[in-house]
Amino acid sequence: MADLSIDFVGIKAPNPFWLASAPPTDKAYNVERAFEAGWGGVVWKTLGEDPAAVNVSSRYSALYDHNGEVSGFNNIELITDRSLEINLREIEAVKKSWPDRALVVSLMMPCEEQIWKTILKQVEATGADGIELNFGCPHGMPERGMGAAVGQVPEYVEMVTRWCKEHSKMPVIVKLTPNITDVRFPARAAKSGGADAVSLINTINSITSIDLDAMAARPIVDGKSTHGGYCGPAVKPIALNMVGEIARDPETAGLPISGIGGIGNWRDAAEFISLGAGSVQVCTAAMIYGFNIVTEMKEGLSNWMDSKGYENIEAFKGLAVPNTTDWKKLNMNYKVVATIDEDKCIGCGRCYQACEDTSHQAIEVTANEDGTNSFGIIDDNCVGCNLCEITCPVDDCITMDERSKGQPYMNWMQDERNPHREEV
Amino acid sequence: MNMDNSVNYSQQQLALDQMFKDINPALSARQAGIESSRCYYCYDAPCIKACPSKINIPSFIASIHADDLTGAAKTIYKENIMGGSCARVCPTEILCEQACVRNHEAEKAPVKIGLLQRHATDNAEFEGHPFERAENTGKKIAVVGAGPAGLSCAHRLALLGHEVEVFEAQPKAGGLNEYGIAKYKLTENFAQEEVDFILSIGGITVHYDRALGKDISLSTLKEEFDSVFLSIGLQDTSSLYLEHEDNDSVLNSVDFIKELRQATDIDQLDIPKDSAIVIGAGNTAIDIACQLKRLGTEEVTLVYRRGEAQMSATGHEQQIAKNHQVRIKTWSQPEKINLDEQGKLRSMTFSKTYLDQDKLKSTGEQFEVPCSAVFKAVGQKMAYPQTEQLIPTISNGKVATFHNQLTSIEGVFAGGDCTGVGQDLTVEAVQQGKLAALAIHQELTSSEEK
Repeated sequence: MADLSIDFVGIKAPNPFWLASAPPTDKAYNVERAFEAGWGGVVWKTLGEDPAAVNVSSRYSALYDHNGEVSGFNNIELITDRSLEINLREIEAVKKSWPDRALVVSLMMPCEEQIWKTILKQVEATGADGIELNFGCPHGMPERGMGAAVGQVPEYVEMVTRWCKEHSKMPVIVKLTPNITDVRFPARAAKSGGADAVSLINTINSITSIDLDAMAARPIVDGKSTHGGYCGPAVKPIALNMVGEIARDPETAGLPISGIGGIGNWRDAAEFISLGAGSVQVCTAAMIYGFNIVTEMKEGLSNWMDSKGYENIEAFKGLAVPNTTDWKKLNMNYKVVATIDEDKCIGCGRCYQACEDTSHQAIEVTANEDGTNSFGIIDDNCVGCNLCEITCPVDDCITMDERSKGQPYMNWMQDERNPHREEV
Repeated sequence: MNMDNSVNYSQQQLALDQMFKDINPALSARQAGIESSRCYYCYDAPCIKACPSKINIPSFIASIHADDLTGAAKTIYKENIMGGSCARVCPTEILCEQACVRNHEAEKAPVKIGLLQRHATDNAEFEGHPFERAENTGKKIAVVGAGPAGLSCAHRLALLGHEVEVFEAQPKAGGLNEYGIAKYKLTENFAQEEVDFILSIGGITVHYDRALGKDISLSTLKEEFDSVFLSIGLQDTSSLYLEHEDNDSVLNSVDFIKELRQATDIDQLDIPKDSAIVIGAGNTAIDIACQLKRLGTEEVTLVYRRGEAQMSATGHEQQIAKNHQVRIKTWSQPEKINLDEQGKLRSMTFSKTYLDQDKLKSTGEQFEVPCSAVFKAVGQKMAYPQTEQLIPTISNGKVATFHNQLTSIEGVFAGGDCTGVGQDLTVEAVQQGKLAALAIHQELTSSEEK
């Protein structure tokens, strides 16, 4: 049985599944329930200066998939709306009761060194394992000069990170906002400031939908709305890319990463870890299904690791990073062509429709005597785009077969079709 | 469709409706949302090809999925104005749902097209009628019979700008939808609501209690109208050719179903208490057997002279009968109707049968089944009124139709069960009515151009 325990920048946890700083980690009651359910750690919902933030009523909205399940989630909640004193007291008590679990405290303070110095001492006194700097909150807080307003300026990221390292012994994790053109810049700034790790992504500025009767975006607060922060399965591809960018950036390579963004099962977690994450944080899935989902996440990850012979998390961490590269380094001599398994084909014709209308006219249709149709690939027209395989509703009916003709690796920089190619 | 349910229901009527609750309950909005997402939106969709009325099924399902029930219903009504009743009575298991590509997947579960169609037609909301009539053409067409074929034809003609007069022998329109479909398939007052919906297009006048050969004649209609559409249905039933078949307790299933569908109180019906025998193997036999069970007949035995595989009722229908605890006795043919000394029906005698090189033979072994009523469901026939002077060519007992539903008489078209095409399905009748209307329109408008 695989060992799921982690040591993330000195923060130990029995498994890599942490709850992200968000409503599920708002107070002792929730966090205790999470630990009882088996979560490896939590990042306590962001603490701020007193007086505490005040929230509006009607706070969440969602994007639904074809079956009515939540695929994207949006919130306009602020950081904790409870006093600093209550939060600190609860953090101390919970950490005492659960010494083996990771307890990281998320912080958001105005950009003044003295204020940070004070809060760092207070948090350190609770016995918490580390801090996460919330430089990502995209709504409400930036209007007050905090959250994403800091995260979007690499110089501020570096400055505040440095203060935290100077005034505290705790590991410092810098949480990055995706609402920026190139996530590598704030990541590099965090590293220069001395950050022990980065965590990403925070939520993405979003409007999930418009109520066409009220003519207002959801969630609606007395007829008006505002953009919120987007998370859930729909943001996973964006988060994975940003994690990958930081993992393979020579300037930040090796900087520990806590992966966040649409993680809802063991496979999502394994994907983030293979792209370099040392722990993963979950929020939306827990908010939709409750804390018990961690049971299947741990079990699934452990079973998969056993099947692959990975004894611990380190064994497969970052294995997909070297295979994530720039387009110009891809092999131009590699070729795949679609193949349709006629025995599995149910005759829906989606592949044909898609290829004919929107791709390369590489599928031919043959009318059968019984009124059904058969579909076949025209090899010469197929560019190996995968579209037919994606549209096909039957597992393994359309496969992409390699047809490379034993030619050597040749990338675009070497390709003679490239007028700007580098001379060999 | 969503018409006002203006009928005042009595307690007795409600009790009867309660007894004949929908066999296939409607989908909830949530269920319809999930079911609609299962449609693959196929290229050259097999379900459309399998639908006799050629409804663009993937399109209406996509509209349901996009929360546009009005668009979905309009797509259905465009091809089939009786989409509401067809959603309920179509044997989808041998039509669209049989053709669904999802049958070929491991789970073998076709999209529930019939229920989705019902969801759209039941819940769509229109301000007035969904379609607008074309400019008045000045042409008048007579339609004989207000069943599905006649109504479909009349509606399409009205849509195309013609004036239509419908002559119906019964006091109500709807044909078999009103008088012949099992009560648990078309419940409550659905048939009449649908008729009202169809007629709301305008331009259609229905004359009730006007039968061909009695109150009207084809030759007069031909003189007075620019074109005629015949959809007179089937009037006669087949016989067992047994002694005592005229006994009061030996009934035609179609007559009983008609009585049941028109009944407003269960006490108006003469229901056998202990036992009944149903003779036949079609959907009518299944319908009557199941309805008797619902009405409280203790023991219902459906007897058929061949095997289950030869029954014209679909496997799905046979299952409905089994679910109603109907006893199905196959390979048995009627020999005698037995009465007691007072002349009251006592039992029927059957002999066991077998197939000998495609010929049905009796083994000679006989057995008796006690019963207090016998319901015949051995087929219906057309009885073209003999009083008529002008009679179209009849072939195999039905009105012969040629290209575009034209009969042997110029300007006279026909459709529905009175023609010998197809399997006498409602949806086929609707399609034939529609095709005839298009042909009539073509003929009337192109002759004008000459």
